[in-house]
Parts: sequence; C-alpha cells; structure tokens
Amino acid sequence: MANSHQLKRVDFIFRNENDWEKILSNTIKKKPEELVNELMSSELKGRGGAGFPTGLKWKFTAEAKSEKKYVICNADEGEPGTFKDREILSRVPYKVLTAMAVCGYVTGANEGFIYLRGEYKFLQPELKKAIDEFEYYCNEIEFDFKISVFMGSGAYICGEETALMESMEGKRGEPRNKPPFPSESGYLGKPTVINNVETLVHTFTIFKYGAKKFYDLGVQYSRGTKLFSVSGDTPKPGIYELELGMSLQDFVYEFGDGDTKSVQVGGASGFLVPRKKFKDAAIGFKGKLRGISLPTGGSMMLFNSSRSMFNVLDNYLEFFREESCGQCTPCRVGCQQLLLGIKAVKRGDKPAAYLDKLIRLTETMQYTAKCGLGQSVANSFSSIVENFREEMIY
Amino acid sequence: MSKKVNLTINGFPVEIETGKTILEAADSQGITIPTLCYHKDLCVAGNCRVCIVEVTGQKRLSAACATPCEEGMEILTNSLKVRNSRKHIIELLLTEHNADCTKCYRNGNCELQTLASEYKIMTQDFIELVPLKKYSIDAYSPSIMKDDSKCIRCQRCVRTCAELQGVNALTVAHKGDEMKITTFLEKHMRDVVCTNCGQCINHCPTGALVEKNYIEEVWEAIANPKKHVVVQTAPAVRVGLGEELGLPPGTRVTGKMVAALKRLGFDSVLDTDFTADLTIMEEGTELLTRLKKALVDKDETVDLPMATSCSPGWIKYIEHMYPEYLGNLSTCKSPQQMFGALAKTYYAKARNIEPDNIVSVSIMPCTAKKFEAWRPEMHDSGYRDVDYVLTTRELAILIKQAGLDFEKIEPVKYDRLMGDSTGAGVIFGATGGVMEAALRTVYEIVTGREVPFDNLDITPVRGMEGVREASIKIENPVEDWAFLDGVELKCAVAHGLVNAKTVMESVKSGKADYHFIEFMACPGGCLGGGGQPIPTNPEIRKKRAEAIYAEDSSLTIRKSHENPEVLKLYKDFLKEPLGEVSHHLLHTKYTKRQRY
Repeated sequence: MANSHQLKRVDFIFRNENDWEKILSNTIKKKPEELVNELMSSELKGRGGAGFPTGLKWKFTAEAKSEKKYVICNADEGEPGTFKDREILSRVPYKVLTAMAVCGYVTGANEGFIYLRGEYKFLQPELKKAIDEFEYYCNEIEFDFKISVFMGSGAYICGEETALMESMEGKRGEPRNKPPFPSESGYLGKPTVINNVETLVHTFTIFKYGAKKFYDLGVQYSRGTKLFSVSGDTPKPGIYELELGMSLQDFVYEFGDGDTKSVQVGGASGFLVPRKKFKDAAIGFKGKLRGISLPTGGSMMLFNSSRSMFNVLDNYLEFFREESCGQCTPCRVGCQQLLLGIKAVKRGDKPAAYLDKLIRLTETMQYTAKCGLGQSVANSFSSIVENFREEMIY
Repeated sequence: MSKKVNLTINGFPVEIETGKTILEAADSQGITIPTLCYHKDLCVAGNCRVCIVEVTGQKRLSAACATPCEEGMEILTNSLKVRNSRKHIIELLLTEHNADCTKCYRNGNCELQTLASEYKIMTQDFIELVPLKKYSIDAYSPSIMKDDSKCIRCQRCVRTCAELQGVNALTVAHKGDEMKITTFLEKHMRDVVCTNCGQCINHCPTGALVEKNYIEEVWEAIANPKKHVVVQTAPAVRVGLGEELGLPPGTRVTGKMVAALKRLGFDSVLDTDFTADLTIMEEGTELLTRLKKALVDKDETVDLPMATSCSPGWIKYIEHMYPEYLGNLSTCKSPQQMFGALAKTYYAKARNIEPDNIVSVSIMPCTAKKFEAWRPEMHDSGYRDVDYVLTTRELAILIKQAGLDFEKIEPVKYDRLMGDSTGAGVIFGATGGVMEAALRTVYEIVTGREVPFDNLDITPVRGMEGVREASIKIENPVEDWAFLDGVELKCAVAHGLVNAKTVMESVKSGKADYHFIEFMACPGGCLGGGGQPIPTNPEIRKKRAEAIYAEDSSLTIRKSHENPEVLKLYKDFLKEPLGEVSHHLLHTKYTKRQRY
C-alpha cells in the first residue's frame, strides 16, 4: 500500500504569510486540553528522528506538577546530511517561536530556549532580532513567555535531549539515565518539553490549518509532511518538503542521477538501502526494510556506482568514534572496534568472518548502549556490511 | 508507609518498595548482578553497562543500577541475551584495559579481573586498543600514581572527588575514543588541587589509581643492620588491617598487628596513639589560650573558630580552597609528624641512638600522610621526621610477603617509649574522635571534673552524619579558668571534604559561631581513609567505627592527660604544652596555595 504512494511535494513549512501574530493570539484563546487533543489527532510524530508522538509529549509535561517548566527547541542539528533546521530558523523563525510559546501555554512553561548548534552561530544575530520582536508582541498581548538562545559547542551528542540539558546546565554533554524522562525531570530537574525545530513548525501548521489537514497527508502511522535534506550524487541537492509514505523508488526516480547504487536514509545513524530494495522501502515511521522502521530525521544521501561503500562506512565510523561522548562502554569501545575491525578485514589482517562478529557486536551495542547514539550505530553498520559485504572484503 | 511493587526476577516473585532499583531488588533475593561503575558511596552513573538485565517485552536491555522497579516487570538477570551482551562488554573493556595483571599492583583485588575470571574470558578476538594509545604513568605525586592504561572510564574517581570530597581534582576530558579521566589542563596530580586523600584509589575498581608504595624501601631499611627502624601505627589501622588479611570488617587486631610488625623485623613498634594524646595536650592548650585571648584580653586578632590539623587531606584542602583561613588552623602537627619529630630527638636521646641511623616508618590508613611526610617543613628534628609512610594495604602486603599466618600470631603489646596510649588516642581514628578526646581533656582541665557524659562517651559528636554539632556549657571552673564560667563551648565535626566545605562556607558567611571544629578529609574519618582496605563502603565504615569505640571502652586509661608516657615526656623533655621545645618540634606552619 504505502509503497505505491506517489511522491508529492508540499509547501507548508516555508510558506510565509506573516500571520504568526494572529495565529498566536487565536491559539492561546483555546483551552490547553483542546490543543493537546488537536495535536494528538493530527498524529504528528517527532521529526528529529525518533518519532515520539508530539501530542503525548506535551500532555505528559502539561500533567507534570511543577511551578517551573521549560520548553526547549532542539536546534543542535548534527546528523550528517541534515540541514533543514538551519533553513527553517533562517527563513521562518517566527513559526518556531510561536510554536514554542503555544507549547509553553499548553504545558504551563513561561520560559523557552533554542539550543543552537555551535556551527550555526551565524544565525544567532537574526534569530535574536526575531526573538526581540516576538517578545515585544507577547508583551503587547500580555502573554508571558521568554525565549533565549543557548549556543552549543559542536558536540554531536548534545543533540541527544538529556545530553543537551546537561550541556545547558554547564556540565559535560553526557546522556542521562532514563527514566526519568524530560517531561518529568528535564532542564534543571524541571518538567521540560524538548522538540526538534521542524516538529515545532509542524505544530504551527496544525494550529493554523487544523489537525485534519495535516492528518490527511501521508499514510497510516506516518501522517503529514516532512522536510528532506537531499545530498550526495544528485543533480538537485537541497531541501524538499514531501509527504510521508513515499516509496524510495519514487524518491530515487525524482532525485537520483540515473546511476543510484544506494541511499542512506536518516544520516549516519540511519539505514543504507541498496538499489534492489528501493521498491520495498517506504519512507515513514513503519518501514518495510528488514522489519525495522526507517528513521526519518530527513537526511537522504544518494550514492552512485562511483562510490565505495567501504569508504562510506569508514567515514561514518570515524564520525561515531569521535562523537561518542565516551561514557558508556559499548559505544565508546564498540565504535573503536568497529572502525579498526573493518580496516583489519580490508587489509586481510582479520578473516572475512570477523565481519559477522562485528555485526553481533553492533547488536550488543543496540541492546546495551545508554543512548540513541550507540544504539543506532548498528543501523548503518549492519545494513552496509550485509548488503555490500564484498566491498568490505576486497 | 512506602508503597510496594510486585515483579518477578528470573521467574520468582519479588515484592519491593517503590523507587528501588532492579539491582537492589535482585540483591534482596540473593542474586548478585555484576557492576563496575556502581558504588554505594556514589550517585548512580549507569555507564559501564555491565549490570544490564532483560526486561521481558523490551528489545533493549536495562542497566539494573539505574532502572527503578515497576509493577509487573519480568526481569531476567541471566538470560542468553544478557550473558552474551555482558560478555561482549567485558571483552570490550579488556581491549581498552592494560590487562597485564601479573604486573599490576591491584592483582588479586581488581573488579575487572574478577569479572573476567567469572565470565571466563579466555580469548581476545577484538583488537587490543592499549598499544594504539600513548599512555604514560603519572608517578610524580608522593602519594598517588595514575595509570590511564588501566582506566575503564567508570568515573568512580571523578564522582568520588566531586561528591564525597568537593575537590574536583579529577574530571573527564575529551570525547569518543579520546575520552579520559584527567586533571585541570591535564597537569600532573602533584600540581593540581588534589588533596592526596586517596579516596579515588579506594573507589577505583582497577589499578588505574594506586598509592605510591614504599614497600621495597622499608624492606631495605629493615635489612640494613646499621639502621634502627621504628614504626608507628595509626589508630584506624588496627580496625582495618584484619580485612586485608581475610578477617571480617570491624575485627580489632591491635596486638596481632604489633606482633606481626615485630616479626617483620622492625626494631621498635610504637603507637601513633601516643602522639594523638600528645596532640590533645598541645591542641587543647592552644584552644584554651585562644579562648582566653579572645574572652579575657579581648584580642580581636585571635582566629576563632580553631580548626583541627591532624588530617593532611584537610590541610591541603584548606590551603587551596580557603587560604585566608589558615590562621584558624591549630598550629599543631598531626600525630604522625609529632611522632616523627620526637623519634629522632627525644626517643633517639633516650635510647642513645644516633638520629641519623633511625629510620622512621609509619603505618597509616591514609595516602595524604605520604605527602605530609614529604613536606619540606617536616624536618624539625634536623632530619626528615618521617621517612616512609605505608598504608594499611601496604602493611598487609609486607605481612603476606613475610609469610606470616596472621590468624595464628599471638597478640603482644607495644614497645616503650612512645607506645603507651589511651582510649582518647584510639578514637582519633573515627570522625568526631579528636573532638571527643579534646573535650574529655579540656573540660577536665577547666572544671576539674570529668565531662558530663555517661562513661565518658560524648555521643553527640559520634555517628556518620556529615556535619554534627555539639555544645558543652562550662560551669564552676577551677580558679585558673574562672573567666570561662558560663561559656558554652560550641563545637562542630565534619568528615568528607564536601562536608568540610559546608562548614567552611557557614564560617565564611558569619553564620557559624563555633569555637572549635574537627575536620577530617575522609568519610567516617581515618577509618574510612584512602589507605584503608578496598572495598570501603558505608556498612564497612560503620563496622570499623564500632571497633574503634570498642577499643576505647576496653582501655583503662581513656583521657589523654592521663597517659603516663605523655606526662613523662613533658616532665623529661618538653616541660610544658606550647613550651619552647614543643613550639620547635610539634608545631608547624601552612602554605597558601591556589586553586589552579
């Protein structure tokens, strides 16, 4: 079903009608419960990649008992091949700010932060101007919500929500044990909603056009649209808003260069899909590939036949080895072993069967790593090694 | 009161209070889940992942130490998935760890080694990482050696340094494969705020942090016929040493320890308790002198509250963190250093030995004592006052190397001179002990009566609460101290440097109106010192403390000012507390240091 879905370009996110003031003042006239229900019925799921239902997240935080709560916009966009949040923040910042304020209204938070990726420092001045104007309007309508920008320092792990909060608290960016989850104990131990930039903009769309309009797009379990960062061997790299549920075949037909060998869906922590499986793969939260869902942080990297998949994997593993926070054993040591391991096989120092041992190691990493980083190294590793085993050996 | 949850562990039903972790639930059923980064003294980190268990219905495994029990959970602690994953994790740690076990100081008492042995890791398929990294050993500190090649990044030392001690000398730097435990600007341990307390050593699961040992030096001194080797033993060693030699925690082994030391070949086995009593005489007098100056002479330059100075970890801490308060420290040397100064003067003269030929060794529950002995100012005898400091653990190594069967050794008494001690000297080994000993003496000097507590047990200053306060009202003093009539002597006790910080901050803010404060660097006082047997944890500290107080009760003389040898020392040599000889040999000065 999902596989036959046609590729459909949509334009919600960047459509700039300059009506955020109206949307804000109208939305906060509604009851918080009403807004949560609206979000729940839209079936919006987090667009950072993990896909947690956004309405539920807001609901949990709204129900948490605390005098102080926070809203955090996660703009630590660090997944290799992803560059959509940068565009959102530079082109439609007011939508993000409005959504944060509405979230504050719904959950009972009066303070919000944008955790901005260190490399996006150049966005800060414009963003601050937008925040000033936004806060000016909030004052005008006597709505109490304050937003500040917190600059990240370039660590990939700080995109992980609890590591991000540790970093905001002035500590080392290391993921926390969960539970407790941020909706119960987040920034400074207070209930906190943390949403990806794009997720927040989708809530804006939902509050503006209603949940139905959003729900009608996409397919079952994967409703609405999604921004895709298209890169690699493609004649038209860039950012595209597409309906969820499309088949990878259609995607490649639209964006490929005619020689597409594989597509990495979801960045270095996502899956690699080889050509022969394009038609079986759908982009959405319920994937068909190997029974594992295809994460949709939005990074789509296309590789043509000139690319060595060994080099691709080598590159990812270099990245993970360096960007692991280093606190938990499976991730810290596992990433080093995987990288050294594939090199040893390639050199002939280890037999080809060593690759199977490494795949079993990635399973252990998936089961035991403390956070999503270490858990998801298995995705790219096993999908590349299993599909391009010869390239790993010869 | 507290609600309970029901769950199953390996198919067997368990009922446990809400909020307990899976690790605690399993423990209550007699099931040990292996751990490495977990320690009862510290907050939960959940980073080694060795304690992972399977919760039925969940794909991912959960860290037992960090996961609270929930109603209806079905937990498997030893499923195939758990075993395979756990084995993988141990294998990974071994690739990162310099597993040259036979050459390791912690060989035989290493948590990773035990785990590898239990899981029978016989082969190593993964690639050895140690040779690929440029490790070097930091052996520049007189107290602590740090070998990163053995570090498994569990961060127990970092949490110890932060949570128990508030020092933060050790920290995590870099990320990914370069992540490591290091110091500010990656300087040597000798050159940072490290107090040498050794709590990091005591909490390290492997041999990454160990004491600088002086075992061979001591054997050489013993073997040298020209040398007269004296040894002093600190109060807390007698309640810790047994553990290291296979006896249960809290076993008192005073007499056996003395006998063992004699068999090792020490020429004279003496007691630091003796100089603990001497410390009370000097420090008590110093306190009364300060009080007189403040209350009678209205001298506003007198530094009060007066703080104790027996704990070298605390001394280094205040030198770094509160250098403006060095005047508040008692000028008394620690009992170890008083002993050292007397060994090469008073003792040498009395025994007619050339001080140059005396080698002074001390057995301490402490690694900071190694630094203390090494301080340039500790040469008042004209020689280095204390030549070698061994920890409780090192003494156990000596005993094992000499092949002594500790269980069979018959207890004997300390030698003379400087071997007499009182209950007051013994309790120096527990938090609150110096305070209690001081009060027993000071109160009696001032009022002519014993302290008004049952059986001399000043219970308000005992216990394991981080900061404890007590006050004693002075009524009907003897004529010399009439000015103290009606004065309420206010005291505080703090152990663990994080608690010392709390007290110092309240002193700094002017909120505290104490006259006298006892500070001990280590949790539980010296009995929980960084040189004590590994493991040390809250239950073990409690047992050692009970042993200390039992030792006190068992002695006939329990007040420092009644120690016959101390009285003789004043008569024959020192003349009077705070006198000229005392001033020269028994008192010291402190150094202002920076935080960075």
